[in-house]
Amino acid sequence: MSDIKFTRALADPDHALKPAGRPGPLGKPLVLANDGLPEEEKAWFCDAYPTASGPYKGILENFLNWARSKSLWILGFGTGCGAIELRPLMTSRFDMYRFGIQPRPTPRQSSVFVIGGYASVKTLKRIVRSYEQMMGPKFVVALGSCTINGGMYWDSYNTINAIEHYIPVDVYIAGCMPRPEALLAGFKELQRKIRRGECEGAVKYAENFEWYKANQKKVIHDWNMPDYNY
Amino acid sequence: MRTIPADIAERFEVGPLVSKRADLSTLDVDAKDVPELLARLRDRHGYRHLSFVTATDQIEEGVFVLTYMLHNHADNHSLGVKCRVGRENAVMESCHLLWEQMWTYQRELKELFGIDFPGSPRVDESFVLEGWIDIPPMRREFDTREYSERTFPTRPGRSTKDPATHMKEKLYPEAL
Ligand code: SF4
Repeated sequence: MSDIKFTRALADPDHALKPAGRPGPLGKPLVLANDGLPEEEKAWFCDAYPTASGPYKGILENFLNWARSKSLWILGFGTGCGAIELRPLMTSRFDMYRFGIQPRPTPRQSSVFVIGGYASVKTLKRIVRSYEQMMGPKFVVALGSCTINGGMYWDSYNTINAIEHYIPVDVYIAGCMPRPEALLAGFKELQRKIRRGECEGAVKYAENFEWYKANQKKVIHDWNMPDYNY
Repeated sequence: MRTIPADIAERFEVGPLVSKRADLSTLDVDAKDVPELLARLRDRHGYRHLSFVTATDQIEEGVFVLTYMLHNHADNHSLGVKCRVGRENAVMESCHLLWEQMWTYQRELKELFGIDFPGSPRVDESFVLEGWIDIPPMRREFDTREYSERTFPTRPGRSTKDPATHMKEKLYPEAL
């Protein structure tokens, strides 16, 4: 946590235009330092903390969760070898479209992020960026032993060992690599979890933002993007 | 049986031509002669194609062995030109003027082994690693396991079994 510098918002008139951040101890909002950005670019990006919205309960939320579970849009971002198994899953033999699962081209349009295997530090940077750009509620499915404990790259100098230290994960699918049947089982499990209202990764991320950010910054040394990429 | 062409043997101090396969030989040469030798092989002897450039870390001898793999399409023969550069402050002359793609290999060698190629385009930019702060990871003194344990936290509870004894226990418990 010590890796992040907090700066208190100055009482400048401009600041009122920016979205309110998380309230600090004295009631003033804390803003992100965005230290990785050059001075002239800082104004282009948001410096507010993510705010936790939810978890919500009730009949309406149950209905919404049911609807969400029937329309999972996955981000077309394949990391690692496991992404290969998404192709047979899409095509006619396993046909994931019958479960309402379909790929989308941008993080803004998708609700499920499939981490397809090992994540190198370089990829992790893009993963964090894409994950933060996705709209809540968002879900993460991690495939393969590499995402769980490093898999066969457990002693590699360049791949992280447990993805859950950097972004919250809802469902893990074990295997190296998991077959499309296992992926389908994983997606069914994700749907069940969503319907039970247990997939609150975005809330968890916002609440433990400092912890995740410190973990991310510990491995990503050339942090040249905003601290929170919304 | 291939032999070293006479014009090369008389101009450069080259080691013996080692034949690895019918279509692959290697040739040892002094590092300072490499650019000239490569140019001659390319222009006069038909080795027009650069397959790759790579390095091996011979830590015991304190050198990196650089291998420039050339290919002659006309008689389907590959020739590896090998030279040695010292491990300390390893510097090698850049050959990017001979083949355009050479600078990509040189950039990679700079990042993964720390061999410098002064004058090679973009040689100081990061290639596959971003923000690397340790010693170059392909050097043999770099301990990848220790680095990984120090840098990337793991989920507790990982255990490993020796495959041979594990399968023996499973399949032939009476033999134990
Ligand atoms: S778990 Fe296996 S298949 Fe999946 S990314 Fe790792 S090595 Fe590749």
